[in-house]
Amino acid sequence: MKSTGKVTGIVSNLVTVLTDGPVSQNEICYIDCGGTRLMAEVIKVNGKNAAVQVFESTRGLKNGDKVEFEDRMLEASLGPGLLSSCYDGLQNDLTTMTGVFLKRGEYTEPLDHSRLWDFTPIAAPGDKVTAADWLGEVREGWLPHKIMVPFSFKGEYTVKSVVPAGQYNIDTTVAVLTNEEGEDVDVTMTQKWPVKVAIKAYREKPRPSRIMETGVRVIDTLNPIAEGGTGFIPGPFGCGKTVLQHAIAKQGDAEVIVMAACGERANEVVEIFTEFPELIDPHTGRHLMERTTIICNTSNMPVAAREASVYTAMTICEYYRAMGLKVLLLADSTSRWAQALREMSNRMEELPGADAFPVDLSAIISSFYARAGMVVLNNGKTGSVTFIGTVSPAGGNLKEPVTESTKKAARCFYALEQNRADKKRYPAVNPIDSYSKYLEYPEIEEYLSEKVTPGWVGMVEKTKNIIRKGREAQEQINILGDDGVPMTYHEQFWKSELVDFIILQQDAFDPVDSVTPMDRQEYMLKLVLDICDRNFDFEDFEECRRFFNEAINLLRQMNYSEFRSGNFNKYQEQLNNLISNGK
Amino acid sequence: MANKAYQRIYTQLESITKATVSLKAVGVSNDELAVVDGRLAQVVKTKGDTVTLQIFSGTEGIPTDAQVTFLGHPPVLKVSDELSGRFFNAYGEPIDGGPEIDGEERQIGGPSVNPYKRKQPSQLIPTGIAGIDLNNTIVSGQKIPFFADPDQPYNNVMAQVALRADVDKIILGGMGLSNDDYLYFRHEFESAGALGKIISFVNTTEQPPVERLLIPDMALTAAEYFAVDKNEKVLVLLTDMTLYADALSIVSNRMDQIPSKDSMPGSLYSDLAKIYEKAVQLPDGGSITIIAVTTLNDGDITHAIPDNTGYITEGQLYLRADPDSGKVIIDPFRSLSRLKQLVIGKQTREDHNQVMNTAVRLYSDAQNAKTKLENGFDLSDYDLRCLDFAKEYATRLLAIDVNISIDEMLDTAWELFGKYFTKAETGIRQSLIDKYWK
Repeated sequence: MKSTGKVTGIVSNLVTVLTDGPVSQNEICYIDCGGTRLMAEVIKVNGKNAAVQVFESTRGLKNGDKVEFEDRMLEASLGPGLLSSCYDGLQNDLTTMTGVFLKRGEYTEPLDHSRLWDFTPIAAPGDKVTAADWLGEVREGWLPHKIMVPFSFKGEYTVKSVVPAGQYNIDTTVAVLTNEEGEDVDVTMTQKWPVKVAIKAYREKPRPSRIMETGVRVIDTLNPIAEGGTGFIPGPFGCGKTVLQHAIAKQGDAEVIVMAACGERANEVVEIFTEFPELIDPHTGRHLMERTTIICNTSNMPVAAREASVYTAMTICEYYRAMGLKVLLLADSTSRWAQALREMSNRMEELPGADAFPVDLSAIISSFYARAGMVVLNNGKTGSVTFIGTVSPAGGNLKEPVTESTKKAARCFYALEQNRADKKRYPAVNPIDSYSKYLEYPEIEEYLSEKVTPGWVGMVEKTKNIIRKGREAQEQINILGDDGVPMTYHEQFWKSELVDFIILQQDAFDPVDSVTPMDRQEYMLKLVLDICDRNFDFEDFEECRRFFNEAINLLRQMNYSEFRSGNFNKYQEQLNNLISNGK
Repeated sequence: MANKAYQRIYTQLESITKATVSLKAVGVSNDELAVVDGRLAQVVKTKGDTVTLQIFSGTEGIPTDAQVTFLGHPPVLKVSDELSGRFFNAYGEPIDGGPEIDGEERQIGGPSVNPYKRKQPSQLIPTGIAGIDLNNTIVSGQKIPFFADPDQPYNNVMAQVALRADVDKIILGGMGLSNDDYLYFRHEFESAGALGKIISFVNTTEQPPVERLLIPDMALTAAEYFAVDKNEKVLVLLTDMTLYADALSIVSNRMDQIPSKDSMPGSLYSDLAKIYEKAVQLPDGGSITIIAVTTLNDGDITHAIPDNTGYITEGQLYLRADPDSGKVIIDPFRSLSRLKQLVIGKQTREDHNQVMNTAVRLYSDAQNAKTKLENGFDLSDYDLRCLDFAKEYATRLLAIDVNISIDEMLDTAWELFGKYFTKAETGIRQSLIDKYWK
């Protein structure tokens, strides 16, 4: 028996409801607003009064309006058809909505129930299975989409029957399982899962031990993110956060990409809609859209659904991870989600923490980041969710609650810097302040030595040192003037400029330069380090500047040429000549 | 506001603050309008039987036995083609002495466009100002503010931009305009003979600040009527959004909300986004473009208002007084139009992108030379040429009083390149040099 209630108070989208029966925290309810049903979520209960946040505008709502509780939390529908979809934060399919404007109370089905999928059984009658075990698979694009024992199933089941290979829709019973009590349960190709609860139907969660390539040099070479790792990109507006995230989305070495546009500009999402269907995945040669799901709750869409949007996105990621796939989640921006929490906490008149954010902000962020990770499935295979979030710090100041809380939770930090952006040194990732904790992992170091080249992490450290020394030299030059410092300072400075222009800077809009595979990154880094290792004997700083300007120009041309093409080799030869004449 | 038969009337206020009154009432809906002692008010909170109303014009002189009439609907605007050429106050009432508008009542602050149904903005809006057209091209469906100190002539620039822009309708939302500025806009629009395509919603400094909260929604409801129903290209001017945000903070303060950064309400980002995100390119050809003004306090862009605005809008245009040329210019470094790449070189000449970047780079070299000069270092011949270039570039292209076509802007830039630099120093692609070098 579901509880009901009636509205007793309204402040913006926070509504208090007098209930007639039991309700649970985070339970979903619908409020009848003059015939339109508004979805809401319980966020606080006090006696018979429940405080609910409404996912829509509450205009026209009255005290006394009827509320029906649903006896379930906010759930995501999981099944084939999630990829290449475009959802709002509550997983309504935006593409099937009618009209130009979003209509209040219009909720659409996330999955197509009539579409037929080519099903192939994996499990056989008599198999013992538990939650998340694979029963069969369908082809979703080019990906094997596993049909699993629903995550909510507890204990061990015996497969009673599985349908033969053939075409079925998602509501067809594809398997019958018998539980320990001997009762039969039907399994279809779709299941539901509460988005705020992590899916834990896996054997273990080991430390990440591989790198996820992004094709972005400043990430892969300098501060790599691990497959199943976490990272975040804070930066003031205009520093290229979105361009960097889109680059990662286009090039990331993942099988499934989920993009959560959370409280950001609608035109940026339009850009994804317009560009992604045209773009080709560099790893598989397929259309990018085929491996991408977009969760889009732009800044003008209901605030409460912003929070839901990141959880919905994470749940979809975890679902694909359970199929043994490499999943990448990008959320832009987690600050907007935190602001949504702040608005709600404020309306509930909770005692505020720093900058009026709720005091448990840190805990909320870290438990969300903890849902990412590499897992070993029950069948011994691995799957992973790599998560990169952006943060929009107020006033570009990194000493604010969202950045600080995220810093505690994420293992990679890519600080975008106004200064670099002003100089058009893109991506404007600060090479000194940014870090990847994964470089300290012995298993990652070993992996990189094997995958890239022996002693790779040492080379990366050396590169960072060149940049640091270059900064010091530059400061001295600025204070003392070009003539006031020894030649070695100029050389130090220009070596760091070489690293900056060739390794750090990358043209996200150039077809060649935008994606640099790992072997090419290795080749270029070695080339740059080789120059940096040399001691030159320049007459004066003008000669030093000329030499490095020329070297930078040639190496840049190499960056713009196809790897090992005629042009590439031509510039390489010119560079070699320059170096042998330079000494 | 005539009383109608079904309206409920109350006469017992329970509490009065500077901006709100509370009373016991039933059957009241959220966001509904009411008239309290003859003044317009809106429901902002209900708790049990107690309803809290925000009174737009303030509560001065309201007695506890004031008559309260609920109107049964949220704020509305009557929309029709009759809006054209008219001036209204924050409530959508004519202030130009003309007749009431006859039209369909629309609730203001309506729903958002489904992001999936939007189209990518793609139509250039020329303004004649090179600081905009050349360096920071504006595209229809874009939202972009001027960041300006209060002493800069932002309203004049906006009026010029509006009158030159090739659009079907211009809608002015004036918030906290000084009476002089209001009359200035009126005069400019009238003397340009463009009154027929202009609609103004104005709240002046003489009127209560809370009223101005209605202005953007009024202006955008009118804009949506012309863009969605009539498929027209609409340009919305909002000035000054800083005063709008100040009004938000007054209300949230009176409602006992906990302020976040710079005493602004925690919802500032969402409040501003709701307005700016109305900018849209619609599938059927209509569009809403928003050009706003955010005045800065001593150039501080880390303040919550410009900061949140920057995260929402698609770029910003900085106005700056340039001592070298003695003109107000559009700062080429800090200004940005995020959508310019959608039209540059596509709807403009092929050399646009390279000319734009080269000129800004050379201008930046001039700034370095200036720093060198200030620090007492010697200037090279190149430095001196850069400085001369910078002065002429600022005067002939960056200044806000420029009014030429984009081709003329490009030609002017080529002329300056040829005057001060060698071909190699510009680093422009050879094929373009061959074609355009003067």
